Amino acid sequence: MGHDSEGSAAASDEGNTATDRSIAPSPPEGHGVGSTIDETAASVGDLQIGAESSATSHVPSAIHQDEPRPPLPPRPGNLDLLQEGNYSPGSSLQRSKKSARPQLQSTATTALSRTDINTQSYQDGSRETYAASAETTPPSKPAGVFGSIRMFKGLGGSETGDSASVKSYAPTLEAGGDVESLLGEVLGASQGSPAWKLLSTQYEAPDPFDSVTYEDDEATVEFYREFDEIRAVDPDGGNEEQQLAQWQLKRKHFLILSSAGKPIYNRHGDDNLISGYIGIIQTIISFYEGANDQLKGFTAAGARFVIMSQGPLYLVAISKLGENDAQLRVQLEALYMQILSTLTLPTLTNLFANRASTDLRRPLQGTEPLLSALADTFTRGSPPTLLSALECLKIRKSQRQVINDTLLRTKCDTLLYGLVVASGRLVSVVRPRKHSLHPSDLQLIFNMLFEARGVKAGGGENWIPLCLPGFNKNGYLYMYVSFVSASESDGEEADDDRSESGKQEEIAILLISAKKESFYDLRKMRDAVVDQLDKNGSMSIIKAAVRRGRPTATDIVPGTVLRHFLYKSKGNVQFTMPSYEPHFTTMLARRRLLSLYHTLHASVHAKNARLKVHHCISRDSISLAWVTPLFELYCVAGPHPSRNALAQSANKVVQWVRREEERVFIIGGAVF
Amino acid sequence: MTSRVSTGTRPGARFAQFKLVLLGESAVGKSSLVLRFVKDQFDDYRESTIGAAFLTQTISLDDTTTVKFEIWDTAGQERYKSLAPMYYRNANCAVVVYDITQASSLDKAKAWVKELQRQANENIIIALAGNKADLVAEHPDKRAITTSDAEAYAREAGLLFSETSAKTAENVRELFTAIARKLPLEQAGARNMRSNPRQGVDLRPEAPGTQGGGACNC
Repeated sequence: MGHDSEGSAAASDEGNTATDRSIAPSPPEGHGVGSTIDETAASVGDLQIGAESSATSHVPSAIHQDEPRPPLPPRPGNLDLLQEGNYSPGSSLQRSKKSARPQLQSTATTALSRTDINTQSYQDGSRETYAASAETTPPSKPAGVFGSIRMFKGLGGSETGDSASVKSYAPTLEAGGDVESLLGEVLGASQGSPAWKLLSTQYEAPDPFDSVTYEDDEATVEFYREFDEIRAVDPDGGNEEQQLAQWQLKRKHFLILSSAGKPIYNRHGDDNLISGYIGIIQTIISFYEGANDQLKGFTAAGARFVIMSQGPLYLVAISKLGENDAQLRVQLEALYMQILSTLTLPTLTNLFANRASTDLRRPLQGTEPLLSALADTFTRGSPPTLLSALECLKIRKSQRQVINDTLLRTKCDTLLYGLVVASGRLVSVVRPRKHSLHPSDLQLIFNMLFEARGVKAGGGENWIPLCLPGFNKNGYLYMYVSFVSASESDGEEADDDRSESGKQEEIAILLISAKKESFYDLRKMRDAVVDQLDKNGSMSIIKAAVRRGRPTATDIVPGTVLRHFLYKSKGNVQFTMPSYEPHFTTMLARRRLLSLYHTLHASVHAKNARLKVHHCISRDSISLAWVTPLFELYCVAGPHPSRNALAQSANKVVQWVRREEERVFIIGGAVF
Repeated sequence: MTSRVSTGTRPGARFAQFKLVLLGESAVGKSSLVLRFVKDQFDDYRESTIGAAFLTQTISLDDTTTVKFEIWDTAGQERYKSLAPMYYRNANCAVVVYDITQASSLDKAKAWVKELQRQANENIIIALAGNKADLVAEHPDKRAITTSDAEAYAREAGLLFSETSAKTAENVRELFTAIARKLPLEQAGARNMRSNPRQGVDLRPEAPGTQGGGACNC
């Protein structure tokens, strides 16, 4: 394998080069990146299906022929150019003539079926790749369904057990060659990002990713106080200045207001404190609105303001953490989805159609903790949100099959979706053949069950009406929730003596129905499910997997220089990652890691940078983003290892995922 | 028709199962009362109930009588109101809760009592609970509803009544016990019987018609 060092696009010597051509400068239809990648995805998809149906054995050489060649790390010179597409905090007002909203993340269809991969370019210079088919069709009938089913069959017939499917095969980076060019001094994009600077100032040690005690560091306390409550302003306004100062220290704010300027939700501070700001923001937004020129975002005093207008609502994110606009928009989108989930779209629309000055806080009463749980998840940094993907509990394929079968066998007539979720990770899902589950909907559910405390603290079974906007934003579904403790003491009445030790220990059985009277049916099904999972040993397998936690990076690749990585399988809309241990145990270290991931993500998704490998060296770390039509891989190592070692480890990770694909991801899922 | 446990227990033992629903304005302490009754716990910063929670608790009235409550703890927000009939439809008893420091919460409680008396089981036992008694014990001026007013109303409407504190556990167990004693053990319907504890009970509503009525509106 020759090592082409001429650019980021690897010249291919044989086989299918569709992937490489996607880097060609002139897109065919003027739609920019989107159309190019579409083609790429389509051709790769064909290739997989063909390979799957024809290949009876996985002959490596045969696969090699058809696989797109790997991209190579770009030369430093190229990198600098490509980084121009990065989010630059200096840019002030950024607006767009068009009032078209960015495409919603939630249009991505299920994590559990294979779909076409599309790329969406945003106005603000970034793009999102997602598996979607629901964009132009009603969500209930994804266009990709039939293709998916066909592929399921191919998979189901596979007798290779846990072995890798062809899909997961990705050629490896040739890390051996051209060492000299790899050693060039490259300034990491992350070093210039606001978040990096911000968090760096809080930290003096030369190697922030090494586990260090942060307790004495005065500045870091600020971020630890991010989630502290701001006290209400006294009636006489005596403490207002003090509280306002605290309010301004927060790294991140979310505000939701009605287009008439009524406050609906704000993460920090009470009404008296921020009513002035709400007024100012509303004035600014409506100024541009009046000029028919929608304001999308601006930068002021080191904070990025991103505004999303959704019908009668304005959602505003104010961040000093360095996310780019597209990433913040995804977060605002999730908050909006939470509101829809509470009210449904018709209710929301009617409320404001009847009275433009409606105070939405009343109908939303009691859901502030859900919104705040989402907001805090984003502030801490959330891989599922960044990647718009789900994480699954890693168990053997055959073990998952048993759980799937148990759910299918005990299924009652009124069931729409059945899920087993352990500590925020999906274990198993059963669904009707024609309906998929949307990652954005699952995010709302997981947030409600595992981040917010309301449901779990009730200590009983729950019957929750909710709207899953990705499924149908016009009506409610009804969700039965029961928690089973994952700790050692398992009894038949496990839910009655479950421990209080938080989300790490919880296994939830979720049964969703469209019928509001089906609680007792679903309850009976839950009893049967738990009973059988106990009997066939699956429950103890799940519990063991939960207790074991995620493997560390060095468990996955022995001796690796990697400290952490995120691997997203685009086709499955799922991701996997190692444990945050031992390097990212503190909240600050984790936030810095996530900031780095956000920067990498922004770089490879920037509109003008069609790069596939982004290499980033900074004082604190070296990191790599690697994007192919099949996966996105982001990995981070400490400051010392060579790029060579990093690339080798990246390869090993890809190999590991390929080997373990059907354990770390749910492929196909169980349908009825 | 009171059930007798057919196996294992001593002759004369009685076991009955009843459905109980909690109603009342949001933030009056319904979930806290249930948590105190079922788990003997209290949480100062409790988030709102989402939807409804279903819990069970068994109490012994005397040496031979055991009553199991199946408790529907409903959310108090307006938007859940249309779901309430589903929870009280077959309920044998209800606890309507108000907050003795919030005058408006008693009005809401009265509305619930009215609705129950119109729509729920004819023989439903209703208890009125004035919660957050601990707040008044510390600061008597916080009280917004006098005991005598509430008591008078309860007598008039034929309700059990007590002032409770989920925080201090004051009157909580007593309230549920009083309900259990008032329940018609002798007339407990067949669905309240449990012949074989391990097998569980078919908890679906008796009349299939009532269940099929509400077609999904989404």
